[in-house]
Amino acid sequence: MQYIPNILFLIALVAGIGYFTKNIRKVIRNIKLGQEIGPLGDKKQRINNVIRIAMGQSKMVVRPVSGILHIFVYVGFIIINIEVVEIIIDGLFGTHRVLSFLGVTYDYLIAIFEVLAFLVLFGVTVFWIRRNVKKIKRFWSSEMKGWPKSDGNIILYIEMVLMILFLTMNAADQQLQAIDAAHYTKAGMFPISSFISPLFEGFSEATLIIIERTAWWLHILGILIFLNYLYFSKHLHIMLAFPNVYFGKVVPKGKFKNNEAVTNEVKLMMDPNADPFAAPAEGAEVPAKFGASDALDLSQIQLLNAYTCTECGRCTSECPANQTGKKLSPRKIMMDTRDRIEEIGKNIDANGEFKPDGKQLLGDYITTEELWACTTCNACVEACPVSIDPLSIIMEMRQYLVMEQSAAPNELNITMTNIENNGAPWPFNQMDRLNWKNEA
Amino acid sequence: MSEAIKVPTMAEYMAEGKQPEVLFWVGCAGSFDDRAKKITKAFVKLLHKANIEFAVLGTEESCTGDPAKRAGNEFLFQMQAMGNIEVLNAYEVKKIVTACPHCFNTIKNEYPELGGNYEVMHHTQFLKTLLNEGRLKVEGGKFKGKRITFHDPCYLGRANGEYEAPRELLAKLEVELVEMKRCKTRGLCCGAGGAQMFKEPEPGSKDINIERTEEALETKPDIIAAGCPFCNTMMTDGVKGKEREGDVQVMDVAEMIANAEEL
Ligand code: SF4
Ligand code: SF4
Repeated sequence: MQYIPNILFLIALVAGIGYFTKNIRKVIRNIKLGQEIGPLGDKKQRINNVIRIAMGQSKMVVRPVSGILHIFVYVGFIIINIEVVEIIIDGLFGTHRVLSFLGVTYDYLIAIFEVLAFLVLFGVTVFWIRRNVKKIKRFWSSEMKGWPKSDGNIILYIEMVLMILFLTMNAADQQLQAIDAAHYTKAGMFPISSFISPLFEGFSEATLIIIERTAWWLHILGILIFLNYLYFSKHLHIMLAFPNVYFGKVVPKGKFKNNEAVTNEVKLMMDPNADPFAAPAEGAEVPAKFGASDALDLSQIQLLNAYTCTECGRCTSECPANQTGKKLSPRKIMMDTRDRIEEIGKNIDANGEFKPDGKQLLGDYITTEELWACTTCNACVEACPVSIDPLSIIMEMRQYLVMEQSAAPNELNITMTNIENNGAPWPFNQMDRLNWKNEA
Repeated sequence: MSEAIKVPTMAEYMAEGKQPEVLFWVGCAGSFDDRAKKITKAFVKLLHKANIEFAVLGTEESCTGDPAKRAGNEFLFQMQAMGNIEVLNAYEVKKIVTACPHCFNTIKNEYPELGGNYEVMHHTQFLKTLLNEGRLKVEGGKFKGKRITFHDPCYLGRANGEYEAPRELLAKLEVELVEMKRCKTRGLCCGAGGAQMFKEPEPGSKDINIERTEEALETKPDIIAAGCPFCNTMMTDGVKGKEREGDVQVMDVAEMIANAEEL
């Protein structure tokens, strides 16, 4: 009978981690549905970026208030995870504060955890106020209605509850240590929970044990629930941010991708000696279509981008189109892409393979009005703290519209005809290009 | 600038069996747009002043394809690019300078994959080098102490990470540089990029160039300095829209240097 808690713990742990693994595998499978990416290169620069942008949070602090608060939460969560190791060992083997043999080091560790837990609590509370009381604009855009809005708050609540449980557990533990309760090793330093502890003064040992155990259990179960919540939320960034930054763009932001398939065709057209039958033999497949109309046409990196997006809206709040009331929101581009690839994933789960559902990213999720409002200014790319590139998706969808559907706005068709005929976007003759030198 | 200016072409250099130090890529706006032509001429004047052997392609130059590419017409873009690269490579061009950040970005970043490899500079970078090398001298002149705000072109700034060259030039003019709230990496677009220049904006609450002009005007500038012919047009329109053309000018950094010299 005495092993029941250990067995229950093991079951919870295996179930929690198992379900999480299953879902993460699904994420990876979905990302791999995207177009393959060629060799990457620039390894050094990429690792450098991961250290600077992902680990070092360099882009977060561009906005100092949320940036610094986010660092509290980020560092807090990473460091407090050391505590989770102890909790898991204790849970599996019925020990209590198994790492306390570290002596003074342990005392300091616990003290650091507590301070960090407090900072996390503080940060998360301010985040909640910014979202719900101060109603900062980027959290109230049209794409943030319904689930995305609740999602943002649910994460904050879970984090608050976890931290409160952690501190409550320590507070009760202190009382138990004070009354020399059996099994409760005297260890740890409690700079924060010592303020809560007096609330429990005079409680009986049995009550204290119930409080301590309840907090302990809810804390670890909470962590497992949080872990499994990630998949259903925008919060996957806590893991995906690292690979995403690694795969992020390392060439100048103004360099847009070269469409190789087009290059092959243009070369054939321009070279009078080219053998029109030679190209396919070289293995250069003619692509099914130019540009992208659905999530499956996007690259694996673009799909990873979509799963990584944490819906912070920094991109959208810097977007000139969005700031002047246009429908375009780079955050929505990322959210739509994720929703669509998720939908495709579910379709595959249900049917074994993707069964055409008569829907696509272009039109059913992202409208042409949004796409044509973009000035390609790169403000969204610059703003994103985790190196997401919404602009690349916009560009590929424009390519589909223009090259597959000839569906550019009419003024742009005129511009392009001018370029084709006169070598300038305006109807001037190329032969007049140097006239300026003789004009007074 | 009433006298016709000397602008040699690559073909003329070739005929003499010579190579210029640098090719000046004029661009479509610089060739055809009335406002931008003034920037072109100002820059040519500076090139002469610094005794630079330069040439233009003249009638052999064609649109880089930037608007086509950003509009999604990769096909037309690559046709333009390969045509231009053929001409540039035939003249064995090594170094290119242009006063248009869009041409600059496209030739520098997108031509290499299509076979065009050149050293490409924006005119503010080029002028900076000339000043640093002592080939061109600039003093405050008539802009000394004037309040100037600089509007970062997206395709020079964020797209290529160049924020300092134009500001260093302005510093040489001894102006009082006042930054807008959104500047450098966070600079707000003028609204022209991505082929927006050539179409009506999508429905919204405001035009982007008005939003940007208002921000520029908040700095109470005498002059809004720009480094791109398209930004120049957008900001000029914005200033007119706000009925401030009487007291606020929009000028390219190169024009400012050329004009300061006249004193
Ligand atoms: S690149 Fe397009 S989507 Fe991104 S901020 Fe600029 S206008 Fe908005
Ligand atoms: S794309 Fe980046 S900046 Fe935009 S909402 Fe997502 S995480 Fe935030």
